[in-house]
Amino acid sequence: MSVNITFLVITGVLLATGFYLVLERTLTRVLLGIMLLGNGVNLLILSSGGRKGAAPLFRPDLPADQYSDPLPQALILTAIVITFAVTAFLLAMIYRSWTLTSADVLADDTEDIKVSQSTAYDEEEDSPVAEDTTEFVDEEGRPIREGEE
Amino acid sequence: MLIILSALFATALLCPLLFRVLKRNAFYVVAVVPAMGFIWLLTKLPAVLASDQSLASGAPNAPPSISIDWIPGLNIGLNFRMDTLSATILLLILGVGALVLFYCARYFKNDDPQIGGFAAKMVAFAGAMTGLVTADDVIVMFIFWEITSVLSYLLIGFSQALITARRSAMTALIITTFGGLVMLAGILMLGASAGSYQLSEILAASGQLVELGASTDVAVALIIVGALSKSALVPFHFWLPGAMAAPTPVSAYLHAAAMVKAGVYLIARLAPGFAETSLWVPMTVGIGLATMLIGGFRALKQYDLKLILAFGTVSQLGFIIAIFGLGTPDAAFAALALTLAHGLFKATLFLSVGIIDHNTGTRDIRKLTGLRRAMPILTTAAGIAAASMAGLPLLLGFVAKEAVYESALHLDAAWGPFALAAMVLGAALTMAYSLRFFFGAFGVKKYKVDPLACKPPTLIFLTPLLVLSTLTLVFGLFPYPVELLSKHWSEAQGGAPDMHLAAFAGFNAALGLSAISVGVGLFFYWIRRRTDTGAPLRRMVTSAEELYRMSVNVLDMAAIWITGRTQRGSLSFYLGVILSVVLILPLGIALAVETPWPSNWVVADHPAQIIIGAIIIAGCVISIAAPKRFMAVLMVSVTGYGMVAIFALQGAPDLALTQLLVETIVLVSFVLALRALPKRLWVGLTRIKWGRALLAIALAVMVVYIAIAMMASREQAPISLQWPELAYYEGFGKNIVNVALVDMRVWDTFGEITVLAAAATGVASLIFAGRGFGRRVRAHQVAPGSIDSGSEAMGATAEKEVELRIARRFAVSSNQDWLMAGNTLVAERRSIIFEVVTRLMFHTVLIMSVYTLLAGHNTPGGGFAGGLIAGLALTIRYLAGGRIELSESMRIAPGMLIGGGIALAGLSGIMPLFAGDEIFTTYAWEFWLPVFGEHKFVTSTIFDIGVYLVVLGLVQDVLRSLGSEIDLLSEGRSPIEQHDTIQASQTGVGR
Repeated sequence: MSVNITFLVITGVLLATGFYLVLERTLTRVLLGIMLLGNGVNLLILSSGGRKGAAPLFRPDLPADQYSDPLPQALILTAIVITFAVTAFLLAMIYRSWTLTSADVLADDTEDIKVSQSTAYDEEEDSPVAEDTTEFVDEEGRPIREGEE
Repeated sequence: MLIILSALFATALLCPLLFRVLKRNAFYVVAVVPAMGFIWLLTKLPAVLASDQSLASGAPNAPPSISIDWIPGLNIGLNFRMDTLSATILLLILGVGALVLFYCARYFKNDDPQIGGFAAKMVAFAGAMTGLVTADDVIVMFIFWEITSVLSYLLIGFSQALITARRSAMTALIITTFGGLVMLAGILMLGASAGSYQLSEILAASGQLVELGASTDVAVALIIVGALSKSALVPFHFWLPGAMAAPTPVSAYLHAAAMVKAGVYLIARLAPGFAETSLWVPMTVGIGLATMLIGGFRALKQYDLKLILAFGTVSQLGFIIAIFGLGTPDAAFAALALTLAHGLFKATLFLSVGIIDHNTGTRDIRKLTGLRRAMPILTTAAGIAAASMAGLPLLLGFVAKEAVYESALHLDAAWGPFALAAMVLGAALTMAYSLRFFFGAFGVKKYKVDPLACKPPTLIFLTPLLVLSTLTLVFGLFPYPVELLSKHWSEAQGGAPDMHLAAFAGFNAALGLSAISVGVGLFFYWIRRRTDTGAPLRRMVTSAEELYRMSVNVLDMAAIWITGRTQRGSLSFYLGVILSVVLILPLGIALAVETPWPSNWVVADHPAQIIIGAIIIAGCVISIAAPKRFMAVLMVSVTGYGMVAIFALQGAPDLALTQLLVETIVLVSFVLALRALPKRLWVGLTRIKWGRALLAIALAVMVVYIAIAMMASREQAPISLQWPELAYYEGFGKNIVNVALVDMRVWDTFGEITVLAAAATGVASLIFAGRGFGRRVRAHQVAPGSIDSGSEAMGATAEKEVELRIARRFAVSSNQDWLMAGNTLVAERRSIIFEVVTRLMFHTVLIMSVYTLLAGHNTPGGGFAGGLIAGLALTIRYLAGGRIELSESMRIAPGMLIGGGIALAGLSGIMPLFAGDEIFTTYAWEFWLPVFGEHKFVTSTIFDIGVYLVVLGLVQDVLRSLGSEIDLLSEGRSPIEQHDTIQASQTGVGR
């Protein structure tokens, strides 16, 4: 199959700029990066179908290899619509994040940071305990004498 | 066997109910179940003793067995087999189990919490042990093994409020399940080599297995690790003293008589076949005797009665495992007797400690004094048991130990004398700590002790101890029944039939050794008493427990370190790591192996591609550097529209159409969603970060490289060459891509529309954020000119104010209602031209969308494109007439559209099932209509209508959320104050 250099170059630029934007901390720019990546990958899938051909609308007289490959097209069609759904979702997320934090950034997860700063000391495991010599103790640990039978 | 097993587990299930009714006396009822099992077992014993244990299950005169298919594919069956070893241990399990449950009825109080659950776990434990010792399938045995570990964990942790109980339970669980998992590895190795998981078959094949050498050696060693951890041998021994945090009946049953015997059982079971493997003797005899000495020594240092017994148990378990580990028939004979003796005396001793603790409130030998006089019956019973433990004559412990010495004297290994010496020394320590226990508990102290008020135990509380100590005494004097069991077990391994247990076997070497150990033991005890200051002894070496705590601590620290380094909470960091892997992994492969390279290059399929390419590339680059947010968005759109042109030129009209529509709606969505974000958020973002840029470029190059290699790798003709014909003759459509979506690859599309539904729901939930969608507002309910009184009017200059006033007067005077809700919008927001154009175009566009939907099967179009066109029609209405106009133009909620669409699509798939066809079968009908002419209806169109509805619902949801709802949230606020007031309004519940 023939390899289209122009497509490869366009794909490369779309992907490079897309990756660059995705690595940023500003949500809006991340979203733009995802859209560029989407376009780049769609083009990549399209090029994997080979050279251009007739529109994939069936004509009885046309041999099968004269059509533009319909398989990548079906995949891309799905991808375009999904990218739209993802874009809408991320837009809503950006708006939500803006109303909550007055910012448009991916904040670090404070819980994760807490974990990384914690120590191995665990009260359940490591606190010193007194040895009991009876199991007949009340809630404060004072011995109780059995008075029944 | 299965009856006992199921009866025990069934009783466990009934326990909570029983205890609610009968309170603690329910223990008496529960105890009947193992007692019945015990009696049943006694009736079975003659048959077991008459059988030939070397025979395979099922042969005539083989031990009783049951076999039920369970997982035949894995060769695992519910096989059970009752030979002498199983029966002997089972006697202990059921007999002691029944007595301990009987004892519990007076040990606990009626108002103790959760005694029902406690009893259930005890009975279930008896069931699990029964399964463990009778299972003839190693996997089934392993399952019961692990059940006992879990039940032990639950029982040790019975006093949930106490940190010692919780911690000890966790330690025990970690150690025993660690051992269990190691053992599982060994079992699987052994089973794989033997080609069977049936225990009796593995043992029958042990000869060949041992000849395999290293693999069997390792497998057996792994299994021994499991046994050592379960029976608390060094270096795993420390969990057992910790487990004394359990209620004393649990200690008596699980940690003296039953569970810890599981390891003993396993060693006894494997010894006849695998004692020849290379690690067997060091791991059983060596570790066993070391454990005996260490346990005995540690027992001498304790002040808590229970801990003296716990370390004593550790010591004795080491002893028993060492004897079984010797592997000779005489050793098996002696060890089985010792196992029984140990079960009887150790259970008695634990139960007596329970009574002491129960009636005096302490187990500390420094506080106890004079119990001999206060509790004479208890003193006698415990005295018999302690004497049996010490190996004093006339008791079962003595008889068994004589047999042990006898068998050890006949060892012909070079290390035999050393082992014998260790045993005698261990027995001396046993003698010493037995004395420490007895006099510590019952004696009068030489130092001053506060007098203890205590009442003697009732007879019924004492009954279990009396039964056990009587047995110790009776079997000591008349050991014949024990001998019968031991002899039968040893004969199966080729033992001589002339071995005997005797209360007095004459003056022989074994008796001499006993005398030595008793004498040395008395000496040890005398030294210990002299040096005993009542203070805990200083520890001389790091104990195994400290090592365990340290290793857990190190594990914790390592976990925190690794978590802190990998889980930093920064998404950019994660992404960087992921992308770096994407970069480095293929790079390594590309360098390591030769990749195919295409020979057939073209610059472009069409000259226009180069021009479009230049535009797209410009769009990309500018989008990175754009100084304003909207400009960046626009540039990304440029690349999208560029894609439209590429698709069109490449022969993909469907893609071009869909991309065009999507690109337009995305642009509108962007503007709607981001209008609230101030300009300042974009400041400083356009500075190029070179590190990121380098990574991004490298990644892009890598992906393109992979793509090139991929395209050069094609060897087969693409499957899509069959698609044109399939589409037309099977799918009844000319548009191959559309037929692929609604017919050939319909499941993909079905999956996709559910994703769209999820995304639409996500958008709505993020924007509405739990405030509810509210009631639909009709146009006539709203005052004209009241909606979206724009932010321009706020803080406007005088000049602007005049402008607005004129615009308003002009707008109000025009009462032409081009749109349903056009006049609800504030005047400066209206555009008559836009309203008129919308009025003219809306229905035309809608009809076009329906046409695109229906014709899509044969010409470019279909549900996706049709739905998007309809969505655009809605978008125009919203932009021209505001949020009231949007709700007027589509009165069905987006949720209904999406749900209905998915339902319709699903239905179109299910319907063919009723006609007896496969799911998603497509049919076609040809018919003639006046005006429209000849037509063909294809059922996959129904699916496409579903897609249409879902896409329309998605667009409507986006407009409603990013459009209407954000309008509502920001109405009447100037752009500057918008943010703060939105936040304030969002904290309230209603709107």
